[in-house]
Amino acid sequence: MTMDGASDTVATIHAVLVCRLLASDPSALGGVVLRGPAGPVRDSWIAMFRGFLPKSRPLLKVPHHVANDRLLGGLDVAATLASGKPIAERGLFADADGGLLHLLSSERLSLDKASYVAAAMESGIGQGFGLVACDEGMEDDEVTPTILTERLAFRINLEQCQSFDGIDPDDLSDVARRAADLPMADQLLAGLSGTALRMGVLSLRPLIFAVRVARLIAALDEADEVREEDAIMAANLVLAHRARFMPQSDEEETNEEAPPPPPKEPPPEDEQEPSNPTEGELAEVILEAVRQALPPGLLEQLDHASRIQKSAKTGAGSLSQKAGKMRGRPAGTKRGDPRQGARLNLIETLRTAAPWQKLRRKTQPERTGILVSKDDFRVNRYKQKRETTAIFVVDASGSAAIRRMAEAKGAVEYILADCYVRRDRVALIAFRGKVAEILLPPTRSLQRARRSLADLPGGGGTPLAAAIDSSMLMAEQVRRSGGTPIIVFLTDGRANITRDGTADRPRAAAESDEAAKALRLTGVQALMIDLSENRDGVAKKLAASMGGIHLPLPYADAARISHNVSLAMKSQRGSS
Amino acid sequence: MSLRFPFSAIAGQDELKLALLLTAVDPMIGGLLALGDRGTGKSTAVRALAALLPDIKATTCAYHCDPASPQTMCDACRSEAKLKTRALQIPVVDLPLGATEDRVIGALNLERALAHGEKAFEPGLLASANRGYLYVDEVNLLEDHIVDLLLDVAASGENVVEREGLSVRHPARFVLVGSGNPEEGELRPQLLDRFGLSVDVRTPGEVKIWVEIVKRRLAYEANPQAFVAEWADKDAALQRKLVAARKRLNAVAMPDAVMDRAAELCIHLKTDGIRGQLTLMRVTRALAAYEGKSEVTEDHLKRMAGPALRHRLRRNPLDETGSGTRIDRAVSEVFGA
Repeated sequence: MTMDGASDTVATIHAVLVCRLLASDPSALGGVVLRGPAGPVRDSWIAMFRGFLPKSRPLLKVPHHVANDRLLGGLDVAATLASGKPIAERGLFADADGGLLHLLSSERLSLDKASYVAAAMESGIGQGFGLVACDEGMEDDEVTPTILTERLAFRINLEQCQSFDGIDPDDLSDVARRAADLPMADQLLAGLSGTALRMGVLSLRPLIFAVRVARLIAALDEADEVREEDAIMAANLVLAHRARFMPQSDEEETNEEAPPPPPKEPPPEDEQEPSNPTEGELAEVILEAVRQALPPGLLEQLDHASRIQKSAKTGAGSLSQKAGKMRGRPAGTKRGDPRQGARLNLIETLRTAAPWQKLRRKTQPERTGILVSKDDFRVNRYKQKRETTAIFVVDASGSAAIRRMAEAKGAVEYILADCYVRRDRVALIAFRGKVAEILLPPTRSLQRARRSLADLPGGGGTPLAAAIDSSMLMAEQVRRSGGTPIIVFLTDGRANITRDGTADRPRAAAESDEAAKALRLTGVQALMIDLSENRDGVAKKLAASMGGIHLPLPYADAARISHNVSLAMKSQRGSS
Repeated sequence: MSLRFPFSAIAGQDELKLALLLTAVDPMIGGLLALGDRGTGKSTAVRALAALLPDIKATTCAYHCDPASPQTMCDACRSEAKLKTRALQIPVVDLPLGATEDRVIGALNLERALAHGEKAFEPGLLASANRGYLYVDEVNLLEDHIVDLLLDVAASGENVVEREGLSVRHPARFVLVGSGNPEEGELRPQLLDRFGLSVDVRTPGEVKIWVEIVKRRLAYEANPQAFVAEWADKDAALQRKLVAARKRLNAVAMPDAVMDRAAELCIHLKTDGIRGQLTLMRVTRALAAYEGKSEVTEDHLKRMAGPALRHRLRRNPLDETGSGTRIDRAVSEVFGA
């Protein structure tokens, strides 16, 4: 194997190693996420991978919008109808057996398809298959579903790599078999386990991948046993990109940021001889090595990464949109393919086919029964109301707080009682002092809302900019899960606390105006319930900045607020 | 029969394993919810349990009815004069997240309808799960309408299909096992309450256990036959214990004093409805039977209060106290008094 020129950065070297490892045993390692835009670098990695992959192993391209039954296999409806005999279609999972699926735009794969792929990878039927997931996500929350990444050993960030042209493949056919026989010391196993724990990698799947990878690396190097450097490299390739935090070299600092405490040194017992004492040290050695090899900037992202993990769940949005085919009020039928998840309407299908029977009979005299072709299929259409989420942002600062909060609570309850019928949801953010906090995440449960609203503290400054920011974040989440957000502010608009928590009235006002303009750009509807006595005050300007409705209501009462919000919600639904 | 990872070889996760075993002793406990991190061996444990249980005698129909109990049979089996039977491993059926309603409850068999003009029913996942386990990974992300459907069937033990001119009812008695990560989405309280037990599954925090898990997994992968054979004795012993517990179950006495204590505990914790207490009674009895005791004691009650009640507590988003702590506190208050 030769490298072209002096372009060997660490990331590129790792990417080449990943390629060789994956090609030697695809199904045991699950696969790789290739994060980065489509382009020559990705193409050259795929070309290199094809070169390494033995000819007997297929690599099949799959678009993210693949139909479920193309994945799973099933009845080939068109062929069945044409011939009058059931004709089975082989699914991609079966076709890929022993090889890999090459998934395009994996960040856009819907959750149901991802769960099919995950289930097939775990089923253990046949030789299994691997996955090359090309993730073109640009934003931090555009990621491949975790249910898949959990089952893929590697991740390559293509943006840090150079072209992989000119790398000659070597013969890997024997590597997996040799790797299986390699001895691996218990200390190394314990070292890898300790490393995973310290990085906050709490799933066992990556750990098992790491052990397999360590073996394969040793086998690639034609070593007689798994060595420490193999374990270090395996931790680099498999564990590092999953790290939720990276303990600093300093032991004291680890304790602060690590949610699960670093494992205690197991007390040295008599029967468990020298392996135990070295485990901690070894884990440290591996950790240190991983730290050294980390690409710059990754450490800062770690904190971020855990947040991405959390927000990735809202990827379920694709699922709820998809469900539109199956839910809601029936609204007639249309031409369509029942295999895409829609329900076939049999009567309409037969009715469509009926006029053609005479004609079709002439062309296919040997067939009996009704002749139905694919074009006759009619599927049910459903109309689904999009649910609206009203996000209340309540000013809990100053002396008027108590009354305002009471009215806001009353309004929330009014609306919820109404929402129960319409499947709408309500959320509540309160801001006071230096921060805005979410008191009630979007919910439909009146009981839950009541309970969480029971005692709300008031008083303090007005961090309006922070409040607008967090309402915008929540609105974005609501949108992603397929709903329509509407933000209701209850405030007098007099901001006096900046985003960083300092009391500076002019700057706070500028910041909140800025935030309001940002809100306007997102296109989320806003309603400003102005609680100040002066109806031409700052609140009105703010409402204009956010492109929202201004509603002067100095003596806000629950009934009027809820009435106005309901109106806004209805108009919102009409427009969407 | 395909090889499965032996139940007794699963390291750690004692609470999960015990809860699973108890649902096998008394399926009436009503399902299990395992909440926790990914990759902690939840699905491995469920599949292993099914392999551990003794095979059942079943009819040859699509619902594998129980030949010994006519009232739970499907119509076809009931009208049959002479039933053919077979031995069957307890079914474990996976319900994938994206499963459609058709796939779950069954639907008109399109192939036969179009090619032969027959009106035939194609049984769905609920039919396959009859008398076994229905396993839903990521149950908290499951679509609402599928969840409602599952709840109805799980409660009635019967799947009623009325669609496309089909009118079919068939038995669907199964133990619902759900797993999921609560950080990724909450379960509706209606659904929570329907699960008999709930277990928090955490990654074991000790390197020693991790190493053991990985070693066993690797040993299993390297040579499944040998590994299963190695653990066969332990699995067989566990199976005998389970069978004995099932026999003993109805003979286990429930003293009034223990019942009173259970009621006190539920009232103290303000659990919604009576289902919590019923489950607590059933699960303590199953535990007593499993441990070979003839009577339920307060100790059983203390140990099972967590799994049986944890998920039924009213939650207050502002109260950070975990439900586990609240139960511990209530247990010590009720029993300390």
